[in-house]
Amino acid sequence: MDTIKLTINSREYKAEKGMTILEVCKENNIYIPTLCHSSILENYGACRLCVVELDNRGRKKLVTSCTHPAWDGLTVNTDSERVLKSRKMTIELLLSRCPQEEKLQELAKFYSVKETRFIDKDENCILCGLCVRMCQGLNTNAISFINRGHEREVNTPYSTESDVCLTCGACASICPMSHFSEEKFGNNSGLTPVPKKSRYEAGLVKESNIAVPFTQAVPNMPVIDRENCIHFHNGGCGICQEVCEAEAIDYEQEDETVDIEAGAVVITGGGDVFDPDLLYKYGYTRYKDVITSLEFERILSASGPFGGEVVRLSDNKHPDKIAFMQCIGSRDESSKHGYCSSVCCMYAIKEAIIAKEHMGNNVEITIYFMDIRCYGKDFEKYYERAQNKYGIRFIRTRAYELEEKNNQLSVNYCSPDGTRQIENQDMVVLSVGFNPSSSSRQAAAKLKLAHNKNGFIKSPLYEPTKTTHEGVFTCGVINGPKDIPETVAEASAVSANINEFLSSARGTLTKTKEFPEELDIFNLVPRIGVFVCHCGINIGSVVDVKKVAEHAKTLPNVIYAEDNQYTCSQDSQERIKELVQEYNLNRVVVASCSPRTHEPLFQETIREAGLNKYLFEMANIRDQCSWVHPNEPEKATEKSIDLLTMAVNKARLLTPLKESEIDVLKSSMIIGGGVSGMNAALNLAAQDFDVVLVEKENSLGGFAKNIKYNSFGDEINPYLEELIKKVENNSKITVFKNCDIQHVDGYIGNYNTKLLDRTNNTVNEVTHGTVIITVGADEYKPKEFLYGKNKNVKTQTEFEDIIHKDEAAVKKLDNIAMIQCVGSRNDEHPYCSRVCCQEAVKNAIKIKEISPDTNVYVFYRDIRTYGLQEENYRKARKLGVVFIRFEKDNEPEASSLDNGNIAVSFREELIGKEMELVVDKLILSAGIVANANNHKLAQHFKLPLNDDGFFLEAHVKLRPVDFATEGVYLAGTCHAPKDMNESISQSLAAAGRALTVITKDKLTTNAVISSIDENLCAGCKACVEVCAYKAIDFDEEKKISKVNEALCKGCGACAASCRSGAADLKGFTNEQIFSAIDSLETLLNE
Amino acid sequence: MENFEPKIMTFLCNWCSYAGADLAGVSRLQYPANTRVIRVPCSGRVDPLFILKCLQDGYDGVLVSGCHPGDCHYLSGNYFARRKFAVLKASLEFIGVESERVHFSWVSAGEGEKFSQVISKVIESVKKIGPAQKLVKKR
Repeated sequence: MDTIKLTINSREYKAEKGMTILEVCKENNIYIPTLCHSSILENYGACRLCVVELDNRGRKKLVTSCTHPAWDGLTVNTDSERVLKSRKMTIELLLSRCPQEEKLQELAKFYSVKETRFIDKDENCILCGLCVRMCQGLNTNAISFINRGHEREVNTPYSTESDVCLTCGACASICPMSHFSEEKFGNNSGLTPVPKKSRYEAGLVKESNIAVPFTQAVPNMPVIDRENCIHFHNGGCGICQEVCEAEAIDYEQEDETVDIEAGAVVITGGGDVFDPDLLYKYGYTRYKDVITSLEFERILSASGPFGGEVVRLSDNKHPDKIAFMQCIGSRDESSKHGYCSSVCCMYAIKEAIIAKEHMGNNVEITIYFMDIRCYGKDFEKYYERAQNKYGIRFIRTRAYELEEKNNQLSVNYCSPDGTRQIENQDMVVLSVGFNPSSSSRQAAAKLKLAHNKNGFIKSPLYEPTKTTHEGVFTCGVINGPKDIPETVAEASAVSANINEFLSSARGTLTKTKEFPEELDIFNLVPRIGVFVCHCGINIGSVVDVKKVAEHAKTLPNVIYAEDNQYTCSQDSQERIKELVQEYNLNRVVVASCSPRTHEPLFQETIREAGLNKYLFEMANIRDQCSWVHPNEPEKATEKSIDLLTMAVNKARLLTPLKESEIDVLKSSMIIGGGVSGMNAALNLAAQDFDVVLVEKENSLGGFAKNIKYNSFGDEINPYLEELIKKVENNSKITVFKNCDIQHVDGYIGNYNTKLLDRTNNTVNEVTHGTVIITVGADEYKPKEFLYGKNKNVKTQTEFEDIIHKDEAAVKKLDNIAMIQCVGSRNDEHPYCSRVCCQEAVKNAIKIKEISPDTNVYVFYRDIRTYGLQEENYRKARKLGVVFIRFEKDNEPEASSLDNGNIAVSFREELIGKEMELVVDKLILSAGIVANANNHKLAQHFKLPLNDDGFFLEAHVKLRPVDFATEGVYLAGTCHAPKDMNESISQSLAAAGRALTVITKDKLTTNAVISSIDENLCAGCKACVEVCAYKAIDFDEEKKISKVNEALCKGCGACAASCRSGAADLKGFTNEQIFSAIDSLETLLNE
Repeated sequence: MENFEPKIMTFLCNWCSYAGADLAGVSRLQYPANTRVIRVPCSGRVDPLFILKCLQDGYDGVLVSGCHPGDCHYLSGNYFARRKFAVLKASLEFIGVESERVHFSWVSAGEGEKFSQVISKVIESVKKIGPAQKLVKKR
């Protein structure tokens, strides 16, 4: 390559022949303003802003630096007086043509052009031709210059909508002015105009046709949208391939059709969000500050487009008032969405609280709702907090219209007292509901699965995760709207279903990888190998990788160190293995990227080289050095050296860790013989696992014995009897009736439990690998509303029995009243019992079907017929059931009349009057209360309970049937109130979770676990207290703590709490961490 | 004092804050290069002695960062960490070490931006109080 020398601003510079003056200046950081230049397009010299002065032995002239070649001996001046004068004139002329353009205003400021002396025009194009060149470069040729002289402009032929335009947006992306706006694009290409809206950011930001789908995508790589990418339409563009230095873009890749042989299919396609544009009255696309809840979620997110700052989309200002409108696309027959979407009330409250937390008292938040449906576990308390702690306003109404005037939205609604109200709001969030996802509906159609009228997949009765097609299962929102915990439970339930369905094939397709025998490094001097990665230019362009590797060589015990391009590449793995052999290395340290992504790969490599995989350590010099300190290469190098030194110092002290194995008893004990317990038992027994089913009463069936119909009116008894028969006749299930748990010993995989048989006071001892708790819950025994004092006051279950047995008795009744929330949502039981609303609606429908002339009145606070049950609520109203609302502090009152009838007095809100109703029967919707024996069971298995006495799962959203203690699971109403179908899916879920243990012959324990040195242990029990997994047992005899290796998760809380230094965490020992802290090389030796 | 570049040790929990630091990297968010990193399984693993050791060794500040409350991979480790550091901070102040040397924060795996801000904030607050004097071992 020919090198030339030229003088720029009196300094000599070297350049390559063929470069333009502009290129040379750019390379040497000499500023030259440009408008019509782009490094990816041919130079054009149109804007004249890049002029420089050439000095050819005294003969000076102005040239455009973008088109003028640099040659040997050239003398250039980039900011001579003449140059500046010319630039100022150019800017003045351009500014008079386009006075509103920001970029020109900036340039004018920079060059002190205060005002123009020419007549201002109002253009937004400076005829730089970038767009025209871009369009040509993309092979599209949709736009060009037309006309001449002062009429010259950029346009399509004949100024009509172009037939060839691909709406790729390249013209707009390169335009330095604001000539192109989205509105100008026609859309005859059939493609999505670019920039298109980012799906992940709910359309709030724009993205191009090549983008990373979302920040935490796995793999975290950009994807080309081939449907819209220009290259895939006309072979043009190709810019991404040109600029990608790793040469990772391959346009030749093609879609493949892959045949997968599978024994079962699961449809989990979830839901799509309702499109609020279908409801014109709320002005979703017409008004900028009317947004969906999904958009608001992104606005609130710290990683969202506004970094968590709550702003209006119209003016980027903080709103003073935010409103949520509930039931958009839910409970609305007119938009064909009659069902309740189940989750919107809770997410609206959540978003409102987060907005309050972000903005404090500067924002007033109102939620317009019909019924607040916070029926989930502990949700009611959250709702209470939203009102009392955060001051969120709740207004019971369905707003009928939104209007916008002067940047203010007004919500038109009818208040609970029947008057018309208008309230101004700055921002309105539409709480949009769910549709069953269209892609899953297509898949379901192919399999001819039964579905309801809205497209949700239908399941056979009492088999909530099965479909009408054998071997096809379903979970999640696709079979009905639901919240995360129910979805996750259903997912585990499906795994239990499939395990049962395919149990004969279990383990037939698994392969085990063979590794060489591990080298015994006991008593060997550490011999450390260090590999420092360039990661292409990712690390190498910032960090002096060679220097880091050289430094490593100076560290004690480092036998070998090298730098390589990609340490993670396949040939590097081979090389590491060879070097381990060649140099007898017994520890390996890699300085490259994050151990979170690459540690397993390197660990496997050293295992293949015969080293224990824990003899490995990593320093993250990419994510934590080169990528975050790109402008401080020296400091980044220093930091890399330190991080590597820390890793080496820790590596020196690494010891091989062993994942020990424990035997697993392939059986399960299920406590509670209700519907949940029996379903779990049958699932496990069908797969040939032994089940011990313990029931405290003298018959199976649980609370379901008291319920006659499910919420859709189907009989329960036949199903229950069949279930009991199946359980009692199953040889794999041993049923213990009349039994209590007396004593529990052991841990996951190995339990030994003593059962006390109350009939003959004998003790049975059983061994089992896992435990499923399905002890159910009780019905609240009302103390209020004359219950027990007047024989005509019944609970729902008692009355259901009458309906079932004696239809004639129902026909004799003229008036029936039901009262909701008896023993729920009050101070004594501050939670919603979830099922009472559906119970009441179900029984009201039954009454009306038996005796249409009987009047039924339901007194309620919120009707919580969530999900598809909303249909029943609608049906009840159609049948003439009267629903009357009351407030918590203004309950109806009941008094007995002489003839045994009951007078119910109440305040009717809508007409604002006190009224009285005389009824033959008063039915109380009594809530669900936790089993009083739960605390005993909790003690036996060291399990937590919540404030209301229900069992507390490991994670309320993501681990709904697990306990923190491994090997113990829960299902049914002992977790929280729920209906039968939900209990069944939860019980299968618990079985599915238990299967993850009992399908294995041996359990591999975690290697990174705690250990307690019994010589140092002082027996203070601090470790026992901090252990969330109950993995530390206290030996009362020796007065020392012991780690249960099967239960320890390796968090290290005990190690950090131990006062005598007895507890330590393998792999992160005190000594290792101290050694890492001690390894200051560059930082402290300055 | 103006050119004082504090040396900060950070203890990041593997599941949230270390991942948040990785995300800051992937997102190319820049922050000053004054920190060194020790990865721990959980913020609850960090023994107060580690922090004292850092201050002895000449670090000017220490940051311990874990999962948000309720998000701990190990259920409750971050709560123990928080309690421990409240006590440690009080004891440090008692013996005359500025409490601004020890910081505690919650950074989730999705909060790359927050991570870079936390680092900048910690460095700034340590810069204000100057180099560590107390506890430092004579080398």
